[in-house]
Amino acid sequence: MSRTDTSDPNYYHKVVDCQWACPAHTNVPEYIRMIAQGRFDDAYILNRESNVFPGILGRTCDRPCEPACRRGRVDGKPVAICRLKRVAADHKDDITDRIPKAPAKKNGKKVALIGAGPSALTVANDLMPLGYQCTIFEKGPRPGGLMRINIPAFRLPEPVLDEEIGYIVNMGVEMKYDAPVTSLKSLVTTNEYDAVFVGSGAPKGKELDLPGRHDTDQIFIGIEWLESIHFGHIHEVGKRVLIIGVGNTAMDCCRSAKRLGATDVKVISRKTRKYFKASPWELEDAEEEQVEILENLSPVRFIIEGGTLTGMEFDKFTSQEVDGKLVQEPAGRITLPCDSVVLAIGQENAFPWIERDMGLEFDTKWDMPVVDKTTFMSTRPGVFFGGDAAFGPANIIWAVEHGHQAAISIDLFCHGQALSERPKATMALTSTKMGLHEWSYSNDYDPVQRQKMKHVNLPERFSKMTVEVEEGFTAEQTKHEVERCLNCDVQTHFTDSLCIECDACIDICPVDCLTIAPAAASESAQRQHLMAPAENLDQPLFESGPLKQTGRLMVKDENVCLHCGLCAERCPTYAWDMRKFVLELPYAGTAFIPLEAVGR
Amino acid sequence: MTYITKPTVHHPSLKKNALGLTRRDYEGAITTLCAGCGHDSITAAIIHAFWEMDIAPHKVAKLSGIGCSSKTPAYFLREAHGFNSVHGRMPAVATGANAANGDLIMIGVSGDGDSLSIGLGQLCHAIRRNVNMLYVLENNGVYGLTKGQFSASADPGTTSKKGEANTMEAIDGALLALTLGATFVARSFSGDKDQLVPIIQAGIAHRGFAFVDVISPCVTFNDHEGSTKSYAYTREHAVEVVHADFVPLREPIETTYAEGTVQRVTLHDGSVVKLRKVDKDYDATNRDAAYAAIRDHQRKGEVMTGLLYLSPDSKDVHDQNETVAGSLVSLPHDQLCPGNDALQKLQQQFR
Repeated sequence: MSRTDTSDPNYYHKVVDCQWACPAHTNVPEYIRMIAQGRFDDAYILNRESNVFPGILGRTCDRPCEPACRRGRVDGKPVAICRLKRVAADHKDDITDRIPKAPAKKNGKKVALIGAGPSALTVANDLMPLGYQCTIFEKGPRPGGLMRINIPAFRLPEPVLDEEIGYIVNMGVEMKYDAPVTSLKSLVTTNEYDAVFVGSGAPKGKELDLPGRHDTDQIFIGIEWLESIHFGHIHEVGKRVLIIGVGNTAMDCCRSAKRLGATDVKVISRKTRKYFKASPWELEDAEEEQVEILENLSPVRFIIEGGTLTGMEFDKFTSQEVDGKLVQEPAGRITLPCDSVVLAIGQENAFPWIERDMGLEFDTKWDMPVVDKTTFMSTRPGVFFGGDAAFGPANIIWAVEHGHQAAISIDLFCHGQALSERPKATMALTSTKMGLHEWSYSNDYDPVQRQKMKHVNLPERFSKMTVEVEEGFTAEQTKHEVERCLNCDVQTHFTDSLCIECDACIDICPVDCLTIAPAAASESAQRQHLMAPAENLDQPLFESGPLKQTGRLMVKDENVCLHCGLCAERCPTYAWDMRKFVLELPYAGTAFIPLEAVGR
Repeated sequence: MTYITKPTVHHPSLKKNALGLTRRDYEGAITTLCAGCGHDSITAAIIHAFWEMDIAPHKVAKLSGIGCSSKTPAYFLREAHGFNSVHGRMPAVATGANAANGDLIMIGVSGDGDSLSIGLGQLCHAIRRNVNMLYVLENNGVYGLTKGQFSASADPGTTSKKGEANTMEAIDGALLALTLGATFVARSFSGDKDQLVPIIQAGIAHRGFAFVDVISPCVTFNDHEGSTKSYAYTREHAVEVVHADFVPLREPIETTYAEGTVQRVTLHDGSVVKLRKVDKDYDATNRDAAYAAIRDHQRKGEVMTGLLYLSPDSKDVHDQNETVAGSLVSLPHDQLCPGNDALQKLQQQFR
């Protein structure tokens, strides 16, 4: 085994589980500390640097950070990261002055962006301050893409959308509304633009062609239906509604149905709960609204009687887990009566407006454009993709990250630089030691439980489509929730040469993270010979070099470290220190520095 | 010391003992000693030993005198009984407590000042009486609380932090104990829990006075070059002559050692100490040989460690005085206080 290289930013980055899991690598612990200090403006701006839409994401994010959160492995429930993000957005003052501005003098480069969704808006956000002239072509009358038309207002109020999109548009982006692009080839071949970014989403809902599908007007495609509700084209729905599919769109559909007057709403799933695509919290919110979720049913046909939809027939299954796999056996049929059906079984990309003879390759299997996973450029130089348009449906936070990466590529491309020579992430490590027993972060472990979000009561929320369900954390709840963060970015930094092997750190560690052990033959062997076995293989093991007095190694299992700093506090020689790790992410305009130039 | 308290959360795989308690349940208050103090490691070893032996904390009495070492009973077994006595007088208090309640497991923690200077006479007589207790001498060679003057255990030639050499002879606790007839004598090092934990366990199980001298570096005043009680010096000069494996009564004894390298001693409660001898000729039940060996290693500038001497037929203070079985507190009142008639009869015998 060789010494763990903590000078590689990836090592400490991985310890900050939330930041590592976030596609945009938002510096979560730092903004939570800012909220704890009442610095909502700073917290908002820090968020905005990486995720661009803190208010929107604070309500709608898929939260890959929360299942990753270390607190979940310590007391069972992760920090309510997403809801704290909303706290920063809700309580900030006017931060308009702190939003980057476009310079008066432009750099002469023009970029066309197709679709005003989160990915294209992010590209504009990153390029406008560098002097680019950006033009967004949006097929609808207002910007936001799926954030506006597919996410119901009871989850994401319009003023929040307008505000955060406004920060970008007001940099001077040229907005062309009701301007669908019907030919990419003609847009590209005008040579008016130095680069084109396609962020047109995955706007086509999947069809379910079963008998009876086209014999009634009461069967809807989920995302189209949500869009129609948004634009006010649909005001009502049948009393009994079946939603087919159990993803997050299905959750938005079933909850929208309740608000349109449906009294009996059932969500139908082919598989069992473990395999549901919807986020657990979205399932909980739907069930709180008395939506029933039925498992083990596969649609067979729509039942139409005298031109009216009266029900749907399903194959029933029994399910069991065999060797971790779901095995389903047929168990007869069932008919569920209904007045309306909403199909929410997925989305597809559709590019009828991209000519196949313009040197932009499509793969034969999925008929999707071939897009480089790092540079986001298609096979036609100068044409970039991002968001759902790049690799199929994902979520807002991924679209934002695609936008950042595409913006870097577009900047390199427009300056004639190789797209492969991308600027690297760097890190800063600063000691948090303030005195013998004082640290510049709240290191005391607070056993308080995760705060529960308060919801508006059912009659009130069903009264209008636009009543936001979640009330946001109170000051009291915020005070508790911020203290649950373990400050994983404050790293336990070890200096081999200073250690005198007194065992003080090992004796004090509340969670048995540390061991001074002889070097083992392999990491897997080392993992078994520690104070507590290191069985979470997703979590890294830190190993020092041979220690001075005995040649043994200091080994740390990062898994459940509380970052309480007691190891450093009990260390007589400063071998352990608590150092704040700041990941410096590259964005468009960050200079590319060859590794040799910084001596690495 | 440390401002925050140790968080109560623990590792998800933390084991429970036969009483359903985790190691964390055997902790006490957070230490107020200097960071890196050897005493804290001994505290951790004591916690581990009691936890592994499934001893209920309330069946234990912790006793100490004055000094850094004597603060440590506050840091382990928070639910045990405790008595913090006058400087150097812990052995007398322990003797009294043990006389009244022999059912309690007694652990005394003392230092080189408390035991070898002000309390030397007390220690000697507790050893002579063979009081049934574990006596841990946390030995760092200096008076830490008064800023690092040489203590009675400081070796001749060892230097102070300022660089002055000690000119006086040292009192060696282990040699002293052997000459006074101690029935259990061990020496260990705070930085070697593999060795220390089973010694503490054997000392707890031993019926009689179990004397354990533990080199415990004072990181603030005696961990420099020139010190003979520093982490580095002890690691370099410690020679383990015999390693004790403690085998509780309930566990089967397996023989996997080469002939002549293991010596077994069955303790009063039926548990067994297996002495793995690094030096094949060493006999840990021979008092004179132990004494000679310690002297021999001293001459070579080495610190001899391990369970150095163990008397297989120890008779503690209760055995010697044929006291009543059980503790006074468990005696029925009419036996504990038989009344004036019984007193008159007793006095009649002496007239």
